[in-house]
Amino acid sequence: MDENEKRLIDLVADMEEDDALALAKELLDCGVDPLQVLALCREAMDIVGKRFEEGEYFLPELILAGEVLDQIGVMAKPLIIDSPNKPSRKLGKVLIGTVHGDLHDIGKNIVTFMLDINGFEVKDIGIDVPVSTFLDEIQAFQPQVICLSGFLTLAFDSMKETIEAIEVSGLRNGLKIQIGGGQIDETIRAYTGADAYGLNAVDAVNFCRKSTTGGE
Amino acid sequence: MSDITGETRYTEKSKRIMDAVELRPTDRVPTSFFATFWLAKYGGVSCRDLFYDYNTSCNLMRKAVIELDPDSYISPFLTMLGPSLDATGYKQLQWPGHGVSDNHSFQFLDKEYMTADEYDDFIFDPTGFYLNKYMPRVAEAYEGFAHFPVLPGNMYVTIASGPLVAQLANPEIARSFEAIQKAAQEAQSLMMKCMTFGQEMTAQGYPESFGAVAPAPLDFFGDYFRGAKGILTDIRRRPEKLIEAMEKVLVFLLRGAIGAARMTGNKFVFIPIHWGPDGFMSVQQFKTLWWPTFQRLLLGLIENDLIPVVLWEANCTSRLEIIGDIPAGKAVYWFEHTDLVKAKEVLGKTVCLRGNVPASLLTTGTPEQVDAECRRLIEKVGKDGGFILDGSIGIPDEAPVENVRAMFQSVHKYSV
Ligand code: B12
Repeated sequence: MDENEKRLIDLVADMEEDDALALAKELLDCGVDPLQVLALCREAMDIVGKRFEEGEYFLPELILAGEVLDQIGVMAKPLIIDSPNKPSRKLGKVLIGTVHGDLHDIGKNIVTFMLDINGFEVKDIGIDVPVSTFLDEIQAFQPQVICLSGFLTLAFDSMKETIEAIEVSGLRNGLKIQIGGGQIDETIRAYTGADAYGLNAVDAVNFCRKSTTGGE
Repeated sequence: MSDITGETRYTEKSKRIMDAVELRPTDRVPTSFFATFWLAKYGGVSCRDLFYDYNTSCNLMRKAVIELDPDSYISPFLTMLGPSLDATGYKQLQWPGHGVSDNHSFQFLDKEYMTADEYDDFIFDPTGFYLNKYMPRVAEAYEGFAHFPVLPGNMYVTIASGPLVAQLANPEIARSFEAIQKAAQEAQSLMMKCMTFGQEMTAQGYPESFGAVAPAPLDFFGDYFRGAKGILTDIRRRPEKLIEAMEKVLVFLLRGAIGAARMTGNKFVFIPIHWGPDGFMSVQQFKTLWWPTFQRLLLGLIENDLIPVVLWEANCTSRLEIIGDIPAGKAVYWFEHTDLVKAKEVLGKTVCLRGNVPASLLTTGTPEQVDAECRRLIEKVGKDGGFILDGSIGIPDEAPVENVRAMFQSVHKYSV
């Protein structure tokens, strides 16, 4: 890796947004493989994720890192002509969404981000997700793990309904379900019939690791 | 209900709360009743009925207060906003029958209501920004104000005639005034209803919990102007602008809360905290960005003889040392997930604590479990006074009535 490539990783990881964008543009203009630029960003994201886990970074840094990544993505993607070596280092598939009636998405987005940088193929189906959408998406995407997020007390029932519906439609087999969000604890895990609950994104990553590698 | 007079009861309850605030021992742990749409469940009516019928809300609040006998209660104002929201065409909320089902609580819509480059406009002229930009964005009734001419700089006959006055002929401005007249009448009936209800409850012996509300300066911009993504990126991208804007708005927030408290004759100012908790920013960011203007808000309220009741949402364990830097016996800190035993260790000599029977327990637990948790809190946190028992976020909308009863009865069963 040359000097500039290493610098890009540091700039993104250190939240130097303007300099990072300028350097990414420079690299792309000089003909560096856009896939390589994105790979560098990914490396930077790993550092950001680690710093978050270690309590050095918090929400502002995660959100900003996401924004920087998006902007570099916008610059790089049109330049990707053929992508023979599309990286496929995915550990397993995770479907995530905020249950119906609930619009909170910051916590869910963090979980998505952390799962993604930890090598999972994550499909985020947004907020206020109706039970039927979950069922459709499970059939289409075939995930190994479902993450339900919710912050409101009304989400307890939405989660319970969602999990019951998954059960009733016969989709629960081989599928692990984890819930999480502000008020979620063991009481609610038992109430909703989920396999596990998590207090934070690190719990989510650990649970997904356990639930996917065991089966393979 | 006992046969003591309303006046005696009122004095007794107010004294119990004030003793707790001023960190004196109390005859028993006081309670506060903080419920909104739970009233619908309690009364077997829909959230929509509650939201649109002043009498339904007031009657259910009265019934619940008399049954549960708390030492203070929250005005039903928040659960009867329906007609006012309709009249103003308010855009920042969805409410029962208007975006959410008849049986759900209203909900705030997280959006960017002020763009990043508008900080400068806000800082330069907050009133102008509100009038021309913010008000039209957040409520239909004010949309015509987007055309309201700029006033500063006018003088002499340009105030009497000419372009300034001619611009006021804009039919959209006229339409706005008309809509606002209707909204104003609705707001007046709502305020009247709340006032009469408050007086009636006072006569029955029940003090109201709050006389005013004030947001923390950073939360003010996060919740109502910039939205979640906006505020979180501002913290990194433009901290100086954010600080400048917070300084600017602090004066308005203080004046607003002091004015409202004078009008209601109630010293307690409710301050829910959204963006300060542990996970949101580093301790360093909290210390340099979040806390300084908030501390000044607290000190300003206290200097004016008001009592801030701060609801520290989520977990704030890493903030405990920092937020203890206020005069003793002048405020209430209500914690949602922060361990109150730990909070007592750090802050017990400084503030009265409030909370925090978990929402999950109140919603899905049994009355026995609720009772056991209340007992633990009363014995551990209530020791030596300075504690008000409440749910972690008040009474959750879905909590079974038996669980709520168990919470309010516990203070009569267990003493400190
Ligand atoms: C920010 C916030 C908002 C923002 C949301 C912005 C957004 N785009 O998400 C806004 C202002 C819009 C909002 C609106 C409302 N909110 Co709100 N909100 C919050 C607040 C302050 C923080 C939540 C948050 O985002 N935290 C940041 C995250 C990152 O922190 P975290 O929880 O530590 O995150 C971790 C875990 O949650 C976990 N996690 C999350 N999902 C999952 C999933 C899995 C599977 C796993 C394992 C882990 C996991 O991992 C995360 C990362 O480590 C909470 C307070 C609180 N106590 O949490 C109230 C809170 C959740 N809100 C509440 C309420 C009542 C509302 C409103 C109804 C208010 C209103 N009347 O308008 C509306 C409802 C809107 C709706 N229908 O959803 C209440 C809920 C109480 C209740 N009885 O249900 C709370 C608790 C506040 C309170 N004390 O009253 N809110």
